[in-house]
Amino acid sequence: MSILIHQHTRVICQGFTGKQATFHSSQCLEYGTQLVGGVTPGRGGQVHLGLPVFDTVAQAVRETRATASMIYVPPPHAADAILEAAAAGIELIVCITEGIPVLHMMRVKAALRDSQALLIGPNCPGIITPGACKIGIMPGFIHQAGAIGIVSRSGTLTYEAVHQTTRAGLGQSTCVGIGGDPIKGLDFMDVLERFQQDEQTKGIIMVGEIGGHAEEEAAEYIKAHVSKPVVGYIAGLTAPPGKRMGHAGAIISGGKGTGASKVQAMRAAGIDVVDSPSQMGQRMSALLGR
Amino acid sequence: MHIHEYQAKHLFARYGIPVPRGIPAHSVDEAEAAARMLGGEQWIIKAQAHTGGRGKAGGVRRVACLADVRHSAETLLASRLVTRQTGENGLPVDSLLIETLTPYTAELYLSALVDRGRACIVFMASTAGGMDIEEVAARHPEHILTLPIHPLQGLQPHQCRELGFSLGLAAPLVTELTGIMQQMYRLMLELDLGQIEINPLVQTADNHLVALDAKIEGDDNALYAHPELAALRDPRQEDEREARAREHGLSYVSLEGEIGCMVNGAGLAMATLDVIQLHGGSPANFLDVGGGATAARVAEAFKLILSDAQVKAVLVNIFGGIVRCDLIAEGIIEAVREVGVTVPVVVRLEGTHAPTGRQLLDASGLSLITAEDLDEAALKAVEAIKA
Repeated sequence: MSILIHQHTRVICQGFTGKQATFHSSQCLEYGTQLVGGVTPGRGGQVHLGLPVFDTVAQAVRETRATASMIYVPPPHAADAILEAAAAGIELIVCITEGIPVLHMMRVKAALRDSQALLIGPNCPGIITPGACKIGIMPGFIHQAGAIGIVSRSGTLTYEAVHQTTRAGLGQSTCVGIGGDPIKGLDFMDVLERFQQDEQTKGIIMVGEIGGHAEEEAAEYIKAHVSKPVVGYIAGLTAPPGKRMGHAGAIISGGKGTGASKVQAMRAAGIDVVDSPSQMGQRMSALLGR
Repeated sequence: MHIHEYQAKHLFARYGIPVPRGIPAHSVDEAEAAARMLGGEQWIIKAQAHTGGRGKAGGVRRVACLADVRHSAETLLASRLVTRQTGENGLPVDSLLIETLTPYTAELYLSALVDRGRACIVFMASTAGGMDIEEVAARHPEHILTLPIHPLQGLQPHQCRELGFSLGLAAPLVTELTGIMQQMYRLMLELDLGQIEINPLVQTADNHLVALDAKIEGDDNALYAHPELAALRDPRQEDEREARAREHGLSYVSLEGEIGCMVNGAGLAMATLDVIQLHGGSPANFLDVGGGATAARVAEAFKLILSDAQVKAVLVNIFGGIVRCDLIAEGIIEAVREVGVTVPVVVRLEGTHAPTGRQLLDASGLSLITAEDLDEAALKAVEAIKA
């Protein structure tokens, strides 16, 4: 199996007719994702990429029975798009949009507590179960169905982990980019819990970065609940405090969220933390005795 | 983004948060005029620079005659303010805030900020005002009160009262504190701020609460909705290259080393800095060229990196996903030719069409050094500097 998505997951795209959404939707279709329609308010009834366009997510869900949504709506309207998806009964919302104001996400997060919907992102590459379903902007061809679950705050570092595990012949069960924002949907723990339960996943690669406390919490969770081997990497060990390193969430503030504290917590929890991201694949191979 | 204290106090005043009477000044004459207009016999002159610790650094002066106003203004405006936060170069002082003196009996600390772990706004308060709050947090965490606010319910008066009485304030001051907190909360939401800090919030000799200092941090992602806040950005308070990078939509942070870095993706860019240091080198900058590393963006990034005279080698680390590496290689070749790079350039290309990309680089006739992975690239960059 895999986690969160599989080959029959029915997906719609919000902000469907925009440039980015059009490009990445066609890539998803090419990969074999069951993309069944899209939403752009005011363009309902049109056909785009051979798929129906709807004015609202509720209509799209009614007509297509979609359970997942991929969002490319621009930052000012992205929070609204997430809440619209949740209100329409979408189970898995994947928000790619970068640059959403943090207070918007604060309200979204609070609203989703009373909802069944799961959110991945924002500011993330999305989620992929190789060979079955790709929801996001990751390059499909570097993936290979296999045994490693990957969860990461960084897009390109996820691709590194994917590339290395593919080359090592390990492949991936599911890869989840949880995104680089300070307030987001699923966090490491939520994804780790699912990887632990997933039979296909034999090992886990976890890629964190400076800022916040999620890696430390994940380390405690792993110590208590995860029996599968975990390779970890933390980016930003040498980053100066008080500077935002690209991602809105990658900042050491008030002496908190340093890379050193994360590495220490992860090693104390038995996670094999590598010093260079080039070593993630090899180290996983070694842990699995392959 | 940060704004100046006088701008933050202007916003405070608009929202009914009490501040001392004050007037900003950009020259010695303006400073004297401000003091005359404020009247009285004593004034506080505060250097306006985007840093904490101004008092300890000599940036805040109490003066008792107009001649001293002129003298202090002249000294401060001609200086660069060096505090524990600025680094040795300090920050320029282009403006001052002239204020009337506010006699006080106690100093409190009060701030509102976004707590990412709790995913809500929290208020933090302490009776240890006027001090470095991070030090207080480290040494006496029990002296800091934290109040999380439910994002959908909002700040309730009873929460403010609870905080006020816990701080040991008398009932009339608790009422004032409640008003201040509610206005801070409103300001935070209406301008989509990341943080508001008042340190100190003083209890005056005549028993009122007044914000002696004001620090406001805006959310860069929300500035599109607040042009009046965006207009307060002061590029002179920022690193020159960082400001230029932002104009070109590049994410750049100046560092102090010798190896210039160009990477796609923030995580990979951070990792690149780490691996350079792991192999004994020192990075000159963080630079994320973004997902679509086009020739034009690559050229712009090269110019930016090379405008730093410290740079003795450049490391390009690109994982080509959707973007093909052969196209990126062409972009790099074009940029290196156009910009006229004279330092060694190490390029690591991985991902889509990477072998073709590497062949193009090798065949370009330019002295580009290619590498297969990040470790090798970092080692080669470190060696290139030694050679």
